[in-house]
Amino acid sequence: MGGYTYNELGAIFAMQGFAGISLFSVLLLMALGLAIIFGQMGVINMAHGEFMAVGAYTTYFLSTLTETYFPGFMPYYFLFAIVLAFFVAGALGYFAEYALIRHLYKRPLDTLLATWGLSLIMQQTFRSVFGAREVSPGLPDWLLGSYQPTEMIDIPLNGMFVLALTGLVTFGVFYLMFKSSWGLHVRATTQNRLMSGAVGINTKKVDRYTFALGCGIAGIAGAAFTTIASTGPTTGTLYIVDTFMVVVFGGAASLLGTIASAFSIAQAQSILEFFISGSMAKVFTLLTLVIILMFKPEGLFASKVRR
Amino acid sequence: MLDVSNLKVCYGQSEVIHGLDFSVKKNETLAIMGRNGMGKTTLFKSLIGVLPSSDGVISVDGVDVSDSESYQRVENGIAYVPQGRMIFPNLTVQENIETGMGVSKTKQVPDEIYALFPVLQEMRHRKGGNLSGGQQQQLAIARALVTNPKVLLLDEPTEGIQPSIIKDIANVLNEIKKIRDITIIVSEQVLSFTMAVADRIIVIDKGNFIHEGLRDDVDTEHIKKYLSV
Repeated sequence: MGGYTYNELGAIFAMQGFAGISLFSVLLLMALGLAIIFGQMGVINMAHGEFMAVGAYTTYFLSTLTETYFPGFMPYYFLFAIVLAFFVAGALGYFAEYALIRHLYKRPLDTLLATWGLSLIMQQTFRSVFGAREVSPGLPDWLLGSYQPTEMIDIPLNGMFVLALTGLVTFGVFYLMFKSSWGLHVRATTQNRLMSGAVGINTKKVDRYTFALGCGIAGIAGAAFTTIASTGPTTGTLYIVDTFMVVVFGGAASLLGTIASAFSIAQAQSILEFFISGSMAKVFTLLTLVIILMFKPEGLFASKVRR
Repeated sequence: MLDVSNLKVCYGQSEVIHGLDFSVKKNETLAIMGRNGMGKTTLFKSLIGVLPSSDGVISVDGVDVSDSESYQRVENGIAYVPQGRMIFPNLTVQENIETGMGVSKTKQVPDEIYALFPVLQEMRHRKGGNLSGGQQQQLAIARALVTNPKVLLLDEPTEGIQPSIIKDIANVLNEIKKIRDITIIVSEQVLSFTMAVADRIIVIDKGNFIHEGLRDDVDTEHIKKYLSV
């Protein structure tokens, strides 16, 4: 088929499949944060990509700091960077909610505009602080190179790392949402804000921490992203549309849907990319998405209860 | 236990509750009766803080809560069972009850709650939205009870409930009063239910109290006249 041997085809599928999984994990990390903010709170956060960039820039900053002052620490700094990225992006998100978002909960269109403005402000801040050129943190040695199970299959190590990280974060989010009392408060507030207040839940505090968590996860995505590509002031805008697409397709209120959606979109795109050009693969994937959404507008997984 | 003075509530420019004064003692059940649209639900919503009051003082056990948010009023001891139940449809029965437990810092659903409402224990893993109306009513009351309230507000608890369950709900409320030693305020249109639970009855008409009396002294024919057009 197409002039490849059976073995070669197998290798192609394995590598493209893994490239797809890599793409899947970045999309999922981004989408998880946004699913929490958009799906649970109904806030359209156009600055979500910029919070991811905050995570990436934090990693770069820590990397230059370590290189300059503690060169012996280089192999270990990356894990600290991920944790730091979470807290920096989360703190910024906490502040953004307090200063801006909380005034706009009843006005979704205004939230869109305001967060778009926030994203522009953040992009310019990146430009002013870090320069307009793209930057990349120095990666520790154990992330470089690849794993070669056979002669023809070449699986990059950083891809596997990002996959493992995504699995950890996803598990963490699920646990938080469904097993913790805080997660219970978030789900109750989403379903009926007034009644949640009337059972004693401080809904304003819940909102603030939810938004901060969503941004924190974007920060982790940004830190993970540095292993794959370089970061510039406009990096956030590259991923924001795909991320919203994943969330809407999966069913905004469902985390399981977000996973299924990220997986199908990433895999469809990757595998197709090998046989037809990159843009055509994207067109094909998007068209299928649109058609499916026309029949099932609430997304893949919607909750069925008696209202 | 609950003291309200000069309570006024407005919808925009339109004042619908005109300076109400009343007090409810500990371990007393007050029933507020009135036709549709006379202000019962508005009054309750302003007591729990879901609607803001434009004037007046509300205090629970001596603490002034007039400017507090809903969740702060719950922390101070008011619990609310709204008209239409308003349980969380996508959460299970157990999770619904657990939403109220944050305030009272309980870790597990107390046994006495499941003893009062055995059907809830049976259905504890079912989603709230899939319960019948009567079961949702029981769930809403259970959810309010786990906050360990001093004052329990129930807005038309018998709305949409079959007559045999109405009797059960009346029995449950009386039992709760005995076990918990709390104050209960119900708004109702069904006189038989009111006669079964209330110690004192107030009739509200167009945002004003027009009749007040002890349950034992009440003339049912007189009240019925207030309740019909």
